[in-house]
Amino acid sequence: MPKEYALIDCNNFYASCERAFRPDLRGRPLVVLSNNDGCIIARSNEVKDLGVGMGTPYFKCKAQLERHGIAVFSSNYALYGDLSARVMRVLTRFCPHVEIYSIDEAFVDLSGIPGGATQFARRLRATVEQWTSIPVSIGIGPTKTLAKLTNKFAKQQPRCHGVFNLNTSPDPDRVLRWTEIGDIWGIGPRHAKRLRKLGVNNAFDFRSLKQDWVKKKMTITGLQTLLELRGLPCHGLEAGPVSKKTIVSSRSFGHPVTSQEHLLEATAQYATRAAEKLRKQRSVASHILVFLQTNKFRLGQPQYSNTVSIPLIVSTAHTPTLIKAAQAGMTRIYREGYAYKKCGVMLSGLEASNGRWLSLLDIPPDAHSRHTPIMEAVDACNARWGRDTVKFAASGINGSWRMRREMRSPRYTTTWDELLGVQT
Amino acid sequence: MLKHTSIPSQRMPWVIGKLTNNGKALPLAGEAVPAGFPSPADEYLERPLDLNEYVAPRPEATFFVRVSGDSMIGAGIHHDDILVVDRSQQAVPGNIVIAFVDGEFTVKRLIRDGTELALAPENPDFSTIPLTLDTTFEVWGVVRHVVHKV
Repeated sequence: MPKEYALIDCNNFYASCERAFRPDLRGRPLVVLSNNDGCIIARSNEVKDLGVGMGTPYFKCKAQLERHGIAVFSSNYALYGDLSARVMRVLTRFCPHVEIYSIDEAFVDLSGIPGGATQFARRLRATVEQWTSIPVSIGIGPTKTLAKLTNKFAKQQPRCHGVFNLNTSPDPDRVLRWTEIGDIWGIGPRHAKRLRKLGVNNAFDFRSLKQDWVKKKMTITGLQTLLELRGLPCHGLEAGPVSKKTIVSSRSFGHPVTSQEHLLEATAQYATRAAEKLRKQRSVASHILVFLQTNKFRLGQPQYSNTVSIPLIVSTAHTPTLIKAAQAGMTRIYREGYAYKKCGVMLSGLEASNGRWLSLLDIPPDAHSRHTPIMEAVDACNARWGRDTVKFAASGINGSWRMRREMRSPRYTTTWDELLGVQT
Repeated sequence: MLKHTSIPSQRMPWVIGKLTNNGKALPLAGEAVPAGFPSPADEYLERPLDLNEYVAPRPEATFFVRVSGDSMIGAGIHHDDILVVDRSQQAVPGNIVIAFVDGEFTVKRLIRDGTELALAPENPDFSTIPLTLDTTFEVWGVVRHVVHKV
């Protein structure tokens, strides 16, 4: 009996978030811009069809967007983070084992689910959309790599209605032939280019390659991808190639953890690790999501899981800032009286630390090395003369001039002043 | 997702010693550290009441919206009140709903009007909105509670 891994992926996530409180925008083309309205970071399907490229600087395509009547939004990570947390909460409510993979993707293990994985996935998809208004696609396969490419198939083939199960497909090779080499999870653009030159154009071609050759040319990572494509699981939940959109740091505990103190310690540890990864890839994050879960498999024990997302006022890779935000999030979702199995953090809204669009109060990239001594001095002042004696202007002043976000939608779910208004 | 580091084999005993904290459990994975006498009240500690649990048993599907207008006064919904909206429930006639009708949101009671559905106000000064075949209509969520300042 093969494993049944499912990848649940939100469709055009940021665009779907913008539509959640604006049903009038359904079916209308829309784009979301990066921080400071720099360039396009998300497109609805209608915009993809018009051929407006991802990453296009806004000033370059402004005229084109206007001509086509495309709705333009500044990024609203408070909204995206909250809706992401809601989607993940629905998944953890209904699925025994969830790995939050990125802001809009999660793997779940549906092996042996009563009634069958396909049927369950269809109901799950309908539930997520009804509860959160976010449409998702679900791909199921015997390995995570196959689940991932099946997901793309499910999303792009209208007759799948958003769900496809490779395990029960009469012709699984068709899906593999359909998957381009560069779209395989774990095969980077450099390898993809080289493979294409050798006539290896899709997942089916790649799967037929010799193990030794792949291992020699593409190391153990390539070999794992090959085996996964052949249906041999190499990655369990919480393992596999890292996401480029987000950085996740989380682990299941060896023993159940009950105390808040320990969870805060763990949270700090994961935030630190995530910050290290972030700096290593020379990025900064604008959002942090914190989650915790009890053990779903312990029947008869009280269950609780929660996810919260915290916007960072200034995009950062500064460990203390990230720890503080992560711990604040953990404090908010922690409930006493439960035995926790797992917690973690996820950084999103990632941008290159240089070459990003700075706001007035952003720390210039070359100042990052000087940042730590400054932080220490600030902390020392505040410790001596009281909290907020010295603070960053960015943390206290409420002004929309903080960052260029001229077209940001309301923060419907995180700010009392920006709730959806309805006429009776 | 852990970072993988290679460790020379001669350093392994040292590393294993560190990882297992020389035989003692690591603080993160272990139980709470016993310190002093356990309080006899520990067993009975309870959390204070959380209004969220009462109004939003399914927080992931619960949204707040702000009302303007007077057409639902009869249902206790006043101008500037906050409504607690649940998207996890299928709307049935009799529910007060947030409906999206012809490009706009409105709060009304969903009723059965003969064989058709309609959106009824709770204020005699307003009239019922019939839902005919050429109305674009959907229920965005079901209103569960009103938060009203007194």
